[in-house]
Formats: sequence, C-alpha cells, structure tokens
Amino acid sequence: MLVWSRTGRALTWAFALLLFAVLYGLPIGVIALASISGQWNGVLPSHMTLEHYVNALQGDSLEQLHVSLWTGFVASAVALVSGTWAALALRPLARLPKRLLDVVFFIPSAVPSVSVGLGLLVAFSRPPLLLNGTTLIVLIAHFVLISAFTYGNVSAGLARLPIEFEQVAESLGARPFYRLRRVTLPLVTPYLIAAFSLSFALSMGELGATVMVYPPGWVTMPVGIFALSDRGAIFDAAALTMVLAISTSIVLVGLSHIPTRASPR
Amino acid sequence: MADIALRLPVADERPAVNSWIAPPLLILAALFFFPLALIVRQALTGDGDVLSIAKFASVFASREFHHALGNTLTIALAATAGCLVLGFVLSVLIAFTPFPGSRVIARMIDTFIALPTFLVALAFTFIYGSAGMLNESLKALLHLDLPPVDFLYSQWGVMLSEVTVYTPFVMRPLLAAFSLIEPAQIEVAASLGARPLRIVSRIILPAALPALVAGGSLCLLLTVNEFGIVLFIGAKDVITLPLLIYDKAIQQFDYTTACVIAVVNVALSIALYSLYRFVVAYFGSRRAGLV
Repeated sequence: MLVWSRTGRALTWAFALLLFAVLYGLPIGVIALASISGQWNGVLPSHMTLEHYVNALQGDSLEQLHVSLWTGFVASAVALVSGTWAALALRPLARLPKRLLDVVFFIPSAVPSVSVGLGLLVAFSRPPLLLNGTTLIVLIAHFVLISAFTYGNVSAGLARLPIEFEQVAESLGARPFYRLRRVTLPLVTPYLIAAFSLSFALSMGELGATVMVYPPGWVTMPVGIFALSDRGAIFDAAALTMVLAISTSIVLVGLSHIPTRASPR
Repeated sequence: MADIALRLPVADERPAVNSWIAPPLLILAALFFFPLALIVRQALTGDGDVLSIAKFASVFASREFHHALGNTLTIALAATAGCLVLGFVLSVLIAFTPFPGSRVIARMIDTFIALPTFLVALAFTFIYGSAGMLNESLKALLHLDLPPVDFLYSQWGVMLSEVTVYTPFVMRPLLAAFSLIEPAQIEVAASLGARPLRIVSRIILPAALPALVAGGSLCLLLTVNEFGIVLFIGAKDVITLPLLIYDKAIQQFDYTTACVIAVVNVALSIALYSLYRFVVAYFGSRRAGLV
C-alpha cells in the first residue's frame, strides 16, 4: 500500500481506472461499436446494424477466416514440433554451446517480419525451389516468425522441470524414448499448450511477412482487414477485426481447457 | 584450503553438441538463414554477379532512406520512452495501490499482448481521426466547422498507437520485479514518514531499474520492427524502414533496393536484440523480471 488516506486512495483508484479505460477499454470498445454501426457521422453512431457481420461471414471474408485458421493451426503445429525438438535436444548440452544455439533459435523473433518475407521472396522465386505464389510460402513465413516463441516457451518449461522425476524414471530402468514419452512430455504439457496458444495468436494477427508473400488465393484475415480499411470500408474492417479477435479467443479458451496431468508451477 | 579447492571450476562434462539438434537447425537454416544470406547477396550484387557496394552508396545517399531511417529511430525512441513512463505508472498503480478489479486489468493487459497491433491503429481512426469521436464531440461542443484535433496522420499518431500496444511488454517484467519487493519495506518507510513519491523514488524505482532497462530494450526492438501500425495509419510522410522495404519490393518491384534497406534494418534489429540479451544477462533474468 502506497497511499493510506481514504480520499487519496479513492482518487488513485479513479485515476487508475480512467487511465485503463481510455488506453485499453476505449480502443476495443470503439472497434466493437464500429462493427455494428450503420452510419457514424456524429459523436456516436446514428443507427445499429448487423450487416457488417453478415458481410464478414460470407464470401471473401469467410474464406479469409478459413485461411487464417488453417495457417495458424498448421504453422503452430509445425513450430511446436520443431521448437520442442530443439528445446529437448539443447537441454543436455554444455553451457556455452547451449547459450549460442539458444540465440540462434531466438533470432527469428528479432528480425523484422517484412524482411523475413522479403528473404523468402528472394530465396524461393527462382529454381530449384519455386514457391513464390504458393500457399506453402505463407505457411513457411508464419512458421519462421513464430518458431522462436514456441521454442522459448518450451525451453522455459523444460528449465523449470525438476530433474528428479526423470532421474527416478531413469534409475528404474526407463529407456530414453519411454522416459520422454511418459515422463518429460506429460510434465511440460502445460508449456506446450501455452506455446501453441501464443504462436496461434501471433499467426492469426501476422501482417508484415504475409503482405510480402501471399498469393491471391490465400489471403489471411489481417491482409483482408487492411484491404477493407484501405478501400474505406472501415465498418466492415472493424467487423472482420472482431471476427479475428473472437475466433482467436475461442481457440485459445478451447486450448486452455485441455486437461493436463501436470499443472504449471 | 578445502573451501578454496571446492570452488575450483569443475570441467563441464556435458556434451558440446549432439546430432539430435540437426533437424530443427537445418530447417531454420534453410527457411531463415539462407533467405537472409540471399538478401545480403542481392544487396551486394543486384541482378548481376559482380560484388559492389554501389547500390548501398546510392541508397545511403537518397533522401527517402534518410527520411525513413530518421522516422524509424525517432518513433522508436519516443514510443519506448512513452512505454517506460506509462508502463511504470500503470504497474505501480496495479502493484502498490491494489484497487478493485486490478487483477482483472492485469490479466486483460496480458491478453492485449496477443492481439494484432493494427487493431489499435484502426481503433484510433475511430477515436482521433478527422471524423472520429473526439473531433465530432469537440465540433459539437465548440461549434467548429473543421476538426480541431489533427495529429493521427503524423508521427504522433504512430507513436501513440505504439505506446498503447507495447506498454504491456514493459509492464510484464515490471510487475514480476515488483512482486519481489518486500511489502514490509514500504510499510516501514511509510510509517517512518516517507511520502509516496519518496517511496517510489527511493525504493520502487531502484528495484525496478533492471526490469525497466530490459523492457525498454525489448520495446525499442519491437518498435523498430513495427509494420502493421505504420501501414494502417497510412500517413504519406511517415515512412519507416519496414514500410519502405514493402513499398520498394511490392509496389515498385525494386528488389535490390529493398534488400539494401533490409540489410540495414536487420542489422539494426540484431544490434538491438544483442543489447536486450546483454541487459538480461547483465542483470540476471530474475532481477530483469523475466523469471
């Protein structure tokens, strides 16, 4: 407690709530409001409509929802496998090589997404691997950008794992693969789910690399939202943003309900 | 003597490498490091085979590059400063003056990190845009014909959006660092007559310093790399390095110029990332709030 007097405390609370409301409540509130407003010429919209949601859930926009969900699931699943693999392989290494390789796996998160997209365009626009204009290049871009976050989450989980469980399993004669499957992986499951959730959310909102590489047949929601707002259809853009936020939340809430045998400590 | 002998460094018996690391490393090399190397090659050779720094020289001499580099650095530094001030104030409010709903708000800020950054830029056009809520309210109140508030389509609009989006990245380590402060320390200081501002400056700020430096360097990296907000604000004279790369490659099909700018941008980002890693290693991850 920093403020002891009653009025002082009430004033601080009011100040804090106002600050949070203006900074974080208001932006989300206006997007929600814009997504249901028919016309907005005054301070508040003059009438409400669900038309923008109808637009967002049919035709191109519905297609973009599918594309984003697929991209998010596939890229996150691949990133989860490779990130977990990397974190497990790095675990028994000596301190110095471990730290060096750790940086190598983290670097993709430090490079601007537009440059990741540009690199893929330059690398895969010529034979032998001609991927420019395919769906695969979008998936690769998303995988590269989220891989560091997946790796980071899993290796943080492994670092917190008490070593005794695995030592006990080993002393009881469990083979390495059995130990991995029955002891280590179940214990880090909460971190695997957290890693998948974070990378899925990041993939759903990814814009920088996607605008560089996407083919006309594989348009993700953020690209679609930008196209709408660029065209001046800002209410449709707001509705599609709401669809993006809500569908991401549904997936994340669903993931958080997966039962695990270990709870994070 | 025995004491000293025990402290001698023991040789690390763990292996330096193992072959299991190869598959994920190869994937990353093929999909990330190889494309990155090709960016450097294209920047140095253009579409031919001769190595030259001619393209670098011409890009470095161009005004649009200077403009973009200047914009990127100004916006990143200002936004980071804003995030640090705002993040510190908000974290102190959450951690040390617990008000009803402060936990829910801390949670909400955590989920805010997962939202796409352009959401805020889009929301700001509805709030602060020329036909937005603020301008319409002021026009109605003051009987004006023209929108009085006009900052959104400038550097200020980008900075304000970035401050909103990246403040949670400062708050997370700060809140973790604050949880390590012994509450009794503050109570004793207060009972000895220290006023809140003095407690903040003499106890809370020193304890928060590692987290502030770590969060600040992370913010600097993220704001230098930011693309969505700048694209959505769409102000003609606010071009940053990532936007210039997009413009050159996608709008003008000038890959070589795009690659030269990308080399600069990536070098800048990796330098900032090294700074971040150095800061975290220097303070130790626990004190930097990255427990």
